[in-house]
Amino acid sequence: MLLEARDITFCYDKNNRKILENFHLQVESQERVGLVAPSGFGKTTLCKILAGYEQPEGGEVLLDGRPLSSYGRYCPVQMIWQHPEQVINPRLRMKAVLEEGDQVEERIVGELGIEPEWLSRYPGELSGGELQRFCIARALGKRTRFLLADEISTMLDLITQSQIWGFLMEECTRRGIGLVAVSHSQPLLERVCTRIQSL
Amino acid sequence: MEIEEVKDREEREPEELLHIEHLSVSFEQYQGGMEKGDLQVIRDLNVTIRKGEITAVVGASGSGKSLLAHAVLGILPYNATRRGKINYRGQELTQEREAKLRGREIVLVPQSIGFLDPLMKIGPQIRKGKKDKASRKRVDAILKGYSLKPEVGELYPFELSGGMNRRVLVSTALMETPRLVIADEPTPGLEMKLARRVMEHFRELADQGAGVLLITHDLELAMETADWIVVFYGGTTLEEARASDFQEEKLLRHPYTRALWRAMPQNGFAAIPGTQPYAAHMPTGCPFGPRCSRCTEECLQPVPWKEIRGGRVRCAHTEE
Repeated sequence: MLLEARDITFCYDKNNRKILENFHLQVESQERVGLVAPSGFGKTTLCKILAGYEQPEGGEVLLDGRPLSSYGRYCPVQMIWQHPEQVINPRLRMKAVLEEGDQVEERIVGELGIEPEWLSRYPGELSGGELQRFCIARALGKRTRFLLADEISTMLDLITQSQIWGFLMEECTRRGIGLVAVSHSQPLLERVCTRIQSL
Repeated sequence: MEIEEVKDREEREPEELLHIEHLSVSFEQYQGGMEKGDLQVIRDLNVTIRKGEITAVVGASGSGKSLLAHAVLGILPYNATRRGKINYRGQELTQEREAKLRGREIVLVPQSIGFLDPLMKIGPQIRKGKKDKASRKRVDAILKGYSLKPEVGELYPFELSGGMNRRVLVSTALMETPRLVIADEPTPGLEMKLARRVMEHFRELADQGAGVLLITHDLELAMETADWIVVFYGGTTLEEARASDFQEEKLLRHPYTRALWRAMPQNGFAAIPGTQPYAAHMPTGCPFGPRCSRCTEECLQPVPWKEIRGGRVRCAHTEE
């Protein structure tokens, strides 16, 4: 499959400068693309547009030539966010958080090192690294075809970081999921990605 | 001859500013109904901060890094109990002393710019409400030192960029002349260039004679800027090493530190399985034991903190 951003233009405030201007990106299923840019250059905004959370001012996002919105209720492009504690409903137990995903396989939950005991806890009772594992599992539902990882390991210690990336690289290869990774760490992107693009 | 040697060493070795020994912190908790229990989150922790040096504390989230800062400042929550010894400038740091020194001699640079008061202008915020001429002058000088214009003092936090607000946070620590600066994760999400600039500020404070305790999970940054790196895991200190020891894996002393080193993207990106145990299930011996390939009978008992090759380590298997 091919995920394509065509001529994307975006600004938050009509009078303000454009965050993105005529931006192009093509990602194939077998690719892992790293995105680099200084703070405030619209990396997160771009991820939100690619995942269908924001509508661009100009341009379009196409998946195999069809607009993203034509794919029904489950978006095949899923995003993993920088701050897991902000994208989990604090009033749901972790088991229910996982069920928000698209029939997430048991295997994935196990391979991410999620302990069965964590499933009955509330988000407030887990650390950032533990929560992020749930967010990754939730994004890897059955119909996911592309994954956007926006600074997903900045709050993690090095060992957890390499555990999680090791798993993601293997899972993406196995299922033919394309990956877009945003990070400030050049050495990390060089390890993870098949190519790196500057914004 | 002997006296000479001692004197020589004193001159070479920077003065100890803060000395923490056998620190433990536990929380009183209710467990299912009316049962009260103690949850021990920090145990047998040792850290030394020296004048003019930056000591970085690195470790996974939940390893007790921030609690250490709170323990030194005396701002632990009401249900926490602190045991062990904290010496500051050669004298015990009691609660009364803490209350007198914090915000003056001992200052905290908090974790998030969310700690700035959104309804208070930058200038008064750095001055902490003082209105005299000398304080105003000092604020202008501090702002200038961080390449911020005096006009910034008249703005509110929301009118500044993230990087500017970070500099304001560091500025609040400079209003008094701090002897000990505690910085809790001062650079998260900042690109390397900005993070380095923040670190330069701390280096300047150290050069002026302060001791800096830098709490971070960013080992790469710690390696670049700190003099000492202390490795936390499961609520205790596993290793204290010179930052230069991190240039080579074989100079490191604890298997966990070596695992951290190997997990760096530039050093192989290798992951060991497992996670840090939850405080309630912490083993009596080495907290890293369950994940360590060298774990033996000895590691199941409390392991002493010992000096090896100019650093310190809590491992039964490290050789000289």
